[in-house]
Amino acid sequence: MTLASFDPWILAFSAITVAVTIWMGFRSAKSSKSASDFFVAGRSVSVGWNASAISGEYLSAASFMGVAGMVMLSGYDALWYPVCYACGYLFLLLFIAGPLRRFGAYTIPDFAEGRYDSPVFRKIAVCFVLFIGFFYTMPQMKGAGTTLMYIFPGLPYWVGVLVVGLVITLNVALGGMKGITLVQAVQYWVKMFAISVPVFVLLSVYGGYGKNLSLNQVSAAPGALVESVERVALPEKAPRDGIWLAPFGPLTTKAVKSASEALPAEQRAGYLAEHQKPYSLLYTFSLIVALVCGTAGLPHILVRFYTNPDGVAAKKTTMWVMILIGVFYVFPPIFGVLGRNFLPELYAATGSKGPDKVVLELPTLIRAKYGVLGSILSGITCAGAFAAFMSTFSGLLVSMTGALAHDVYGRMLRPQSTAEERMRMFKWCAVLVGGVAVLLGSQVEQLDINFMVGQAFAIAAASYFPLLFMSVWWRGMTMAGAATGMLSGGILALGCVTLTSISDILAKTGKAAATVSGGTWQPDALNHFWIQHPLLRILAEQPALWAVPLAIGLMVVVSKATRASVPGDIRMKMLVLHAPEKLGLKQEYIQEHQGAGH
Amino acid sequence: MPDQSPAPNDFIHSEEFLHGLMRRQLRLSIGCASAFLLVLVGLPLANYFAPEFMSQPVGGFTLTWLLLGVLVFPFVWIIARVFITRSMALEEAEVALAAVGNEQRQG
Repeated sequence: MTLASFDPWILAFSAITVAVTIWMGFRSAKSSKSASDFFVAGRSVSVGWNASAISGEYLSAASFMGVAGMVMLSGYDALWYPVCYACGYLFLLLFIAGPLRRFGAYTIPDFAEGRYDSPVFRKIAVCFVLFIGFFYTMPQMKGAGTTLMYIFPGLPYWVGVLVVGLVITLNVALGGMKGITLVQAVQYWVKMFAISVPVFVLLSVYGGYGKNLSLNQVSAAPGALVESVERVALPEKAPRDGIWLAPFGPLTTKAVKSASEALPAEQRAGYLAEHQKPYSLLYTFSLIVALVCGTAGLPHILVRFYTNPDGVAAKKTTMWVMILIGVFYVFPPIFGVLGRNFLPELYAATGSKGPDKVVLELPTLIRAKYGVLGSILSGITCAGAFAAFMSTFSGLLVSMTGALAHDVYGRMLRPQSTAEERMRMFKWCAVLVGGVAVLLGSQVEQLDINFMVGQAFAIAAASYFPLLFMSVWWRGMTMAGAATGMLSGGILALGCVTLTSISDILAKTGKAAATVSGGTWQPDALNHFWIQHPLLRILAEQPALWAVPLAIGLMVVVSKATRASVPGDIRMKMLVLHAPEKLGLKQEYIQEHQGAGH
Repeated sequence: MPDQSPAPNDFIHSEEFLHGLMRRQLRLSIGCASAFLLVLVGLPLANYFAPEFMSQPVGGFTLTWLLLGVLVFPFVWIIARVFITRSMALEEAEVALAAVGNEQRQG
């Protein structure tokens, strides 16, 4: 279903979201004066606001649009994404949130430096903030491009990316984090409203969640099906019912399937029977590790723990975040199921016209039935989509700009710079980071939003998570060990993930070109290699399963070898990380450090 | 909070206190994590080894879809709730323990 012209309701709701975001940014720019205000909101944000803000920042375009698109495309396997996005927080709460907060520092590089007394390590950590950040901005930008193309049919993808990038960069440059905390919190509620209301309306028209899901059950006799609801026939490209509904479906078996297609026809069935399920199980586990550990390592999420007044508040905040995002994540898969039943034509399209826009497109079904109510619903979901990619992109921009301005400029390039100079630099860095993000975002139209986010998580899981986890719980860690593990895990994961993304883009554009010219697609060298080695393809696409243990293992081995360089005051550091804040060890630690000339 | 910096050789700064502190915290965290890991490891395995059982219909859902798409969220909230209550109690206990330990050393 494509729109001939744009709908004024959709435009109005989206415009209001953008306008309110900008207005709040400008308004708070007046009240955020000091450098501390800019970096971590003066550390005085209440639990409720902070929990909404973290959730607002966390529920990105991947959650709002990507999960629905992926459930529609791949079925059951895609459910792991929302579940692990939500459950990764539990890991953060159990192992990292409390100690990190007690240690107290503005950013992760601050933690890295404080824990190992090493300015060199700070620089390494800063680089990773930027790497992971850029990987995570790409899917947000695709969300932006997809949504603007939906509102203004005919608009090129890159224009949407550019417009949204400009607006948010301006907002961050003017408001800083204080503005963002307020904006993020409001945007969580916009998203929650935007995802739940259309679902309730759609379900009341088309029958319940379970009812819609049961339309896909192969075993159900046709007569037993729901009386009032009849789904649209599936096109050729859609996965079959049984495969879609069951675990180990198209998402996790893609590599084995392409490998089997290269075999002679008579060997295919045997090959699939032997390899499909075990490889698929492996893929699932690797995905789970990436998503759960990756959540605990995402730099823009971690930085928010510092905006809590104390460790107890940090824990309460995490509890609320889990409730807020857990409730939210029940809804996107429902869009995916409804999309499969009623908008199967999206299966045929790729890029920003494919399943990634199912959340935006579904309410138009209501418009066809009930007129203006459907337009309003469409407008609401568009507003939610705007809130989704704007909030996450703002959060990332703040954390990356903070790393550049606070660390690279303020500590490495010009340590003697005044607070005012740093503030000015913050604004310029925001422009720089925003510009690069727009450039990268305009290149990824062919990749699924959710898939890209999963890859950013895999890199975070292999670098930051081992660093934080081991630094907090093992006093034998040395700087050399931490750096070796983090860099090896992170860079290997980054390399593998980039390689598979590039080969996916090549394959998709190559296949498209072959269809246009009428020829058959010839895989390039890289894709040919993947077809020959499906297991390697899976391990490269989802590297967390081997990269996380590798990083931790290297940390242990190298730390043992460089045992002599464990920081001298390690017992005191560990006490600050673990002892209750009431004992006042933090203040004592700071005094000692100042006495030592820090 | 003490008025003056405590002596560096008091109980709070001792190896004994830190070791016990970290062990108790880690035990609590690992305990909660294993409840959670049971689902993350167990569900794919159940899907793998008992596909018929996991795909039985429950109110329109398949059992495995109902577990992963809906019920997993409240389960995680329960674990989080248990952890937060216990870890706050643990902090209180640590503060009390530190006070007692310091008195014993001084006395």
